[in-house]
Amino acid sequence: MSNVATAIAPAAPPVHRAGPADNTSFAVEFADIGRSFAAKPQHNSQPGSQRGAAARPVLRDVSLTVQPGEVLAILGTSGCGKSTLLRIAGGLDEPSTGSIRIDGSPLNGIDARCAVGFQEPRLLPWRTIAANVALGLPHRIGRAAGNARVAALLELVGLTSFADHRPRAVSGGMAQRASLARALARNPGVLLLDEPFGALDALTRLKMQDLLLDVHAAAPTTILLVTHDVDEALQLADRIILLGADDDADDMAGGRTGATIVQELTVPGGRPRDRGSAELAELRGRLLAGLGIDRHGQARGVAATTTIPHFPY
Amino acid sequence: MTQTPIAAPATPGTAHTARPARRAAWTSRRGPVILGGALLPLAILLVWQLSITLGLVSVTQLPSPAMVLLAAVDLSERGLLTLYVAISTQRVLIGFAIGASLGVAAGALVGLSRSANVLLAPTLGAIRAVPSLAWVPLLLLWLGFGEQPKITLVAIGAFFPVYTTVSLALRHVDQQLVEAGRAFGLGGIRLFTAVQLPAVIPSVISGLRLALVQAWLFLVAAELLGASMGLGFLLSESGGNGRIDRIILAIVLLAVIGKITDAVVGIFEKWANKKWA
Repeated sequence: MSNVATAIAPAAPPVHRAGPADNTSFAVEFADIGRSFAAKPQHNSQPGSQRGAAARPVLRDVSLTVQPGEVLAILGTSGCGKSTLLRIAGGLDEPSTGSIRIDGSPLNGIDARCAVGFQEPRLLPWRTIAANVALGLPHRIGRAAGNARVAALLELVGLTSFADHRPRAVSGGMAQRASLARALARNPGVLLLDEPFGALDALTRLKMQDLLLDVHAAAPTTILLVTHDVDEALQLADRIILLGADDDADDMAGGRTGATIVQELTVPGGRPRDRGSAELAELRGRLLAGLGIDRHGQARGVAATTTIPHFPY
Repeated sequence: MTQTPIAAPATPGTAHTARPARRAAWTSRRGPVILGGALLPLAILLVWQLSITLGLVSVTQLPSPAMVLLAAVDLSERGLLTLYVAISTQRVLIGFAIGASLGVAAGALVGLSRSANVLLAPTLGAIRAVPSLAWVPLLLLWLGFGEQPKITLVAIGAFFPVYTTVSLALRHVDQQLVEAGRAFGLGGIRLFTAVQLPAVIPSVISGLRLALVQAWLFLVAAELLGASMGLGFLLSESGGNGRIDRIILAIVLLAVIGKITDAVVGIFEKWANKKWA
């Protein structure tokens, strides 16, 4: 039986400081970000272009400062605009109103200081894993330095022996690890992750969360993590913001007025956190309630406890 | 003691090895594939010969295979067969190279740039609708009776399949991959060579394959009207003096050479699909 246990245990997480050691992390400031989309969804339209009066607001009045090295989780219901906020931070979309500053300087288009990890691995199928990771390297880096960096990152995410495989020859979890390595190859000051583990199975997701914590410990960059998984947010983040419509709007997804920050909470305790902690369970219930999920706290006939106060206590 | 029932499922492993090694289906083995492809031509040849020996058709209507072979020997003894095949192949290859290059360029322009699409696509679509033979008189008047009008017509024929497949394929490159490329700072020509071009290479090659077929079609159109050499000339000349054996010879030669050039591109396609898809 012990064989079975070791077989499903996560592969020993590589804790080498192999990642970019000269890492810098930047603050991200969102100032009154708002984003509306044209009434008709236009595919492939240029970001920021709007036509027609009936624009559909998705985000409004998002003001937020992320500290350098902080891990911020952005939670929200499906379609609430959390990915849009992240895409704006990555320069893939432009805000309709407001501005973003990274490390004090305004963001202008796609920024070399940011790297994005998408929900899908989005690896180029005709390149090997190593060549895909190399796509993320900064342009001015030399060939030898680039190769060394790719090798170090593959080691960090445990893909060294798969360096010469094509993406379709590896599992979804491996592809997502390669995608993470590609984002890290830029040595980003801000790492933007858009539901990076959302498409993975539950066990692989937990392993990937630990891997991300290892990476962050090795190279403490600023991380903005979009997720719909409350547990993931609690496990990884220093701070969680909940996007949604304000109480006066009746639509949870903010269909009429656009979503904004409705809750913000600091997760207590250092990482890695106990996945079974009662304290986190209480926060979990609160976040789920914020997402409009009934926690069924009365199911045992005992009222949900409120003995753990909001942080800061 | 709980180990014993767990140890029992070891049998699937033995069952796996005991399973007979699966033979590849006959449709995927080389020998049967070549033989299978040759069956129908051989059957046609047989029926052809039989219908003549049994007197079902007159040899003035349909010459026997031996007569066609004789016509080939006769032509090659006079040095005409290799000349005609060579000149036709040369026209196809040159015209195909020109047309396909222009097709890739125009397809890339229209596929990547929305304004080029708006400005060029309707005109190119209209030109594409013009039948091949309609160009012949104009090209003859403009370019004379030399090699240029034939090569130009073949180039026109090769241009459109490549142009159409390339522009469509570029329009349908996975936008998520393109966005990922952009997110990592790629743009313009670097984005094109790193993401868009490799993504469309399989479609480009199938476009080239179509273009090669069309190049042969347009070649015969060019040579039928106004040529003094080539397989199309052989067809029109033999049509004029009633040499059905030579007509059949020309048709068979066109089929065989067309198939050979197509097979060469097919091998290239297989290699490229393995590398890029």
